[in-house]
Amino acid sequence: MKPPRFDYLIPRSLDEALGVLAQHGEDAKVLAGGQSLVPLLNFRLVRPAHLLDLNDVAGLAGIRVDDGHLTIGAMTRQRAVETSALVRERCPLLAEAMPQIGHVQIRNRGTIGGSLAHADPAAELPAVVAALDGELVLRSARGERVLTPDRYFVAYLTTAAEPDELLVEVRVPVTPPRTGVAFLEVSRRHGDFALVGVAATVTVDEAGVCTAGALALTGVGPTPVVARDAVRTLVGARPTPAAFEEVGRRVVAGLRPDGDLHASSEYRAQLARVLSARALARAAERAAAGAERAKSDRR
Amino acid sequence: MPAIGRSVRRLEDRRLLTGRGKYAADFRLPGLLHGAVLRSPHAHARLGEIRSKAALALPGVVAVVTFDDLGDVGRIPTRLGHQAGNVVCLQRPLASEKVRYVGEPVAFVVAESRYLAEDALDVMEVDYEPLPAVADARRSVEAGTPVLHDAVGGNVATTLHTRKGDATAAMAAAHVRVRERLAVQRHTGIPMETRGLTAAFDAGTGMLRLWGVAKIPHFNRRVLADLLGHPEHLIQFTELEVGGGFGVRGEFYPEDFLVPWSAKRLGRPVQWIEDRREHLMAANHSRQQYHDVEIGFDRDGRIVALVDHFMVDLGGYIRTHGVVVPELTAALLPGPYRIPHYTAEARCVLTNKTPTGTYRGPGRYEGTFVRERLMDIAARKLGVDPLELRRRNFITPDEMPYDVGGGALAQRTVYDCGDYASALDKALAALDYESARREQAEARRQGRSIGIGVGFLVEKAGLGPWEYARVEIDATGHVVVYSGVASVGQGIETTLAQVCADELNVSPEKITVVHGDSARVPFGVGGFASRGASVALPAALEAARKVRAKIFRVASTLLEAAADDLVLDDGAVHVRGVPDRRVTFRELARAAVPGPPDMEPGLYAAHFFEAPMMTYPYGCHAAVVEVDVATGTVKILKYAIAYDIGKAINPMIVEGQLVGALAQGIGGALLEELVYDEQGQLLTTTFMEYLVPTVMEMPESTEVRILEETPTPLNPLGVKGAGEGGSSGCGAAVANAVADALAPLGVSITALPLSPDRLSALIRAAGDSR
Ligand SMILES: Cc1cc2nc3c(=O)[nH]c(=O)nc-3n(C[C@H](O)[C@H](O)[C@H](O)COP(=O)(O)OP(=O)(O)OC[C@H]3O[C@@H](n4cnc5c(N)ncnc54)[C@H](O)[C@@H]3O)c2cc1C
Repeated sequence: MKPPRFDYLIPRSLDEALGVLAQHGEDAKVLAGGQSLVPLLNFRLVRPAHLLDLNDVAGLAGIRVDDGHLTIGAMTRQRAVETSALVRERCPLLAEAMPQIGHVQIRNRGTIGGSLAHADPAAELPAVVAALDGELVLRSARGERVLTPDRYFVAYLTTAAEPDELLVEVRVPVTPPRTGVAFLEVSRRHGDFALVGVAATVTVDEAGVCTAGALALTGVGPTPVVARDAVRTLVGARPTPAAFEEVGRRVVAGLRPDGDLHASSEYRAQLARVLSARALARAAERAAAGAERAKSDRR
Repeated sequence: MPAIGRSVRRLEDRRLLTGRGKYAADFRLPGLLHGAVLRSPHAHARLGEIRSKAALALPGVVAVVTFDDLGDVGRIPTRLGHQAGNVVCLQRPLASEKVRYVGEPVAFVVAESRYLAEDALDVMEVDYEPLPAVADARRSVEAGTPVLHDAVGGNVATTLHTRKGDATAAMAAAHVRVRERLAVQRHTGIPMETRGLTAAFDAGTGMLRLWGVAKIPHFNRRVLADLLGHPEHLIQFTELEVGGGFGVRGEFYPEDFLVPWSAKRLGRPVQWIEDRREHLMAANHSRQQYHDVEIGFDRDGRIVALVDHFMVDLGGYIRTHGVVVPELTAALLPGPYRIPHYTAEARCVLTNKTPTGTYRGPGRYEGTFVRERLMDIAARKLGVDPLELRRRNFITPDEMPYDVGGGALAQRTVYDCGDYASALDKALAALDYESARREQAEARRQGRSIGIGVGFLVEKAGLGPWEYARVEIDATGHVVVYSGVASVGQGIETTLAQVCADELNVSPEKITVVHGDSARVPFGVGGFASRGASVALPAALEAARKVRAKIFRVASTLLEAAADDLVLDDGAVHVRGVPDRRVTFRELARAAVPGPPDMEPGLYAAHFFEAPMMTYPYGCHAAVVEVDVATGTVKILKYAIAYDIGKAINPMIVEGQLVGALAQGIGGALLEELVYDEQGQLLTTTFMEYLVPTVMEMPESTEVRILEETPTPLNPLGVKGAGEGGSSGCGAAVANAVADALAPLGVSITALPLSPDRLSALIRAAGDSR
């Protein structure tokens, strides 16, 4: 469990990093928090000639809100997002998902960009970004591109980023009022990658009628699975438990998840159905509570 | 205040918690080389040419060792569970002709660093001619399956028989018979510290030194001496800190030969540190058994017969534990119950998988699961409360000593003492059983599935045949205890000091304990089988008593007073009532050589404590679990263990042992499984796949009751071992609790682990069939 030889590079600026990638992209790997990459190196499953350490690059970390978006720099530690009041206020779904990523020790090192670049279909962050219709900002010496999740997440551990591109930030829309969120998952142990995870949002109007909803799942496909059509059935009515269960059934109707050691295909589908219904129910409950609060605040 | 019975802080912890402990991988020598093992990627293959040229051409690569280099090397012998016919299945240090499991050592590379050694592994070329493999013991015994060892003429290495009375006739006459197939999965002990070893050879003196040995240094030194053809007195084994043993760590493995062999051959020190991936495929696996078991009851719900046909998956070779795990399974399967007629047949089956050995509670974890699950299933069938059924069948204290009818480890299983009904009551009280039942009923009304289960177990401990100790007061007045036991992290240093402290009237903190060094401790058996407290402590106690007598003998000469008038206190002896007529240990030690004419010189004494029979601690696990029926997940809400160990030398250490073992028991019940595909590829080679419990998987609350109701008559302290009982009953208790939770759904639980995927499948199947 020792990596083969590589050259270790420590750029200080983004331009310097992009320059190195322009030159060595194919043979280089960038190192963020190292929580996914270092094991891969040690198992010799990746063998880059150059390891480009982003940890000293200035300006890649930070959380800010502008234009109705929450923007998070790629090198922001997962733990920083988890503990950010701004995130909790403006994007509660993200705040709820964060503590479910690994353990505190992992999140102290692991970065937002690292998780989104690694693109593990079991990971929470890709599903959250997909559920929220976020945007991923890629930068290279050639310029910048902004991709939507469905364009960005291509396959298992694969994104649309070119070898010379860095993910520099991710943007998600600020959560609208009267929106409830929930992130539920089942994992074998606390801190393990989830077998299946579900990110859900439900927005209601003042009368409690559902006006919008979103649902994205981890662990049931090669990339996060967004269940747009299934959720649309909730819109225009007061959500009911029966309706959530119906969404759960619809979600799995089109799914053929791969089975593995910890979860058969059938079991994953079962979890997808059960957790979708539960997550929507919880989100709806919170949306209703939010609507109530808004009402009483006005009074 | 006596030290015995007090929760004295562990003497080990000062150095461990301040980062001054030195583990195998911390050890350094000048010019140290690093080894890496080339392992078979095939489960079963004929081994062809091994080409090392490219590897040897890499800078920093010093040697590549293959079987042909080893000359006429023997097989690694069994330490326990020997069967003459099984010698042909013993493993050699490197594969020759054939490989029989994924991970089998094929070559050993030595280089200037572990990095370079692994680079060399990458470019090794080996010709394998793959053979059909068999990865399932149940298939292994069928006709026409590939045979692993031709000399065995099949894949059943041995069949063991246990017979008491006439179980066939008794079963035929039984009022109610219950038959089940029950299985425990392959899993094993995962010490936090993987294996590791450093060896250095001094060509001038011929001395070969090893550091990082564990568990059984003296036995392994002898094995190495035999395999190397090197004089035993020119080999020195030194234990460092050991980060967990659990049966797995410290046995003689192929690497325990390859490292010293290479050091001797190369004339340079060699270190090998096992990585986790290696550990999961190379260190002993354990536990995999398939039982086809039947129990018969009379009209009153009394057991009349027990018949078990079971199969144990040994893996590709027989290792140092021989067939001791199946032996122990059969020996203790009857557990706490009076069973007049008992038959067990154990088939020990070879498969193309990692060889196996013992793991904390070997045979008892499995057997307890089988018996206690069976009792619950039978209770349901008999319409009797499962606790009542147990009570009706317990062996009573006045039946002790009780001959169970079988045996293991070359002795009959004879329970020394026990009050089983009391232990059951204590566990139920600790769980608050009655209110747990009420909460269960309330939860059911709310649609939640809560279940309660118990697992009663009889352990074995205190395996002999003997242990050695020597107690010394050195010339500076310090008390030193030399013990033949080994530390695997269990706190034995502390309890050894406690036992001697009371005899010599010094505080345990002032005593130095030396163990695990063959140069400083000439004899020893080691640290395994929950034997330290019941075998090593009595040895130390007796040695300390002898030294105490010598102290008085020398002091009475120096102080010119009768021994009866002397007081031993805080490292000195004074004349009663005259505190300044006093001699210190320091003075006594110096005066003791040669000392009074009729005394053996020196303020030290040795003792061999012999233990021809084992002791049998016992207890009860009780669990409350909640199952989320929609997701199949299990949460342990509350757990209780009541465990009788006769006497707790250090209750804190005992509690630590029980709770630590419980964590491993929970791993076996819910999480841990070494999974192979049909071709014999191990699929669980990292901690992403092999799931050990963390603190977060522990029960929300755990109650431990250490019982001292029945001290054993087999040693002067009355102490039984405490190392394993925290684990052995857990598979049973959790499975029974889950079965109880799911009983209304018609789900029956017959195999571990209870993963959410499996439970969900069972729940779905039960739903479909109704
Ligand atoms: C025990 C354990 C448990 C875990 N559990 C979970 C879990 O439950 N859920 C979960 O989501 N994750 C989990 N993880 C993974 C963790 O979240 C990682 O931190 C994350 O996947 C990768 O982030 P990193 O910053 O560590 O990236 P690294 O490991 O440094 O890099 C990961 C990959 O992304 C690339 N990369 C990194 N940054 C960029 C960038 N800015 N632009 C382009 N490419 C980049 C790297 O080259 C590499 O290929 C776990 C990890 C461990 C060790």
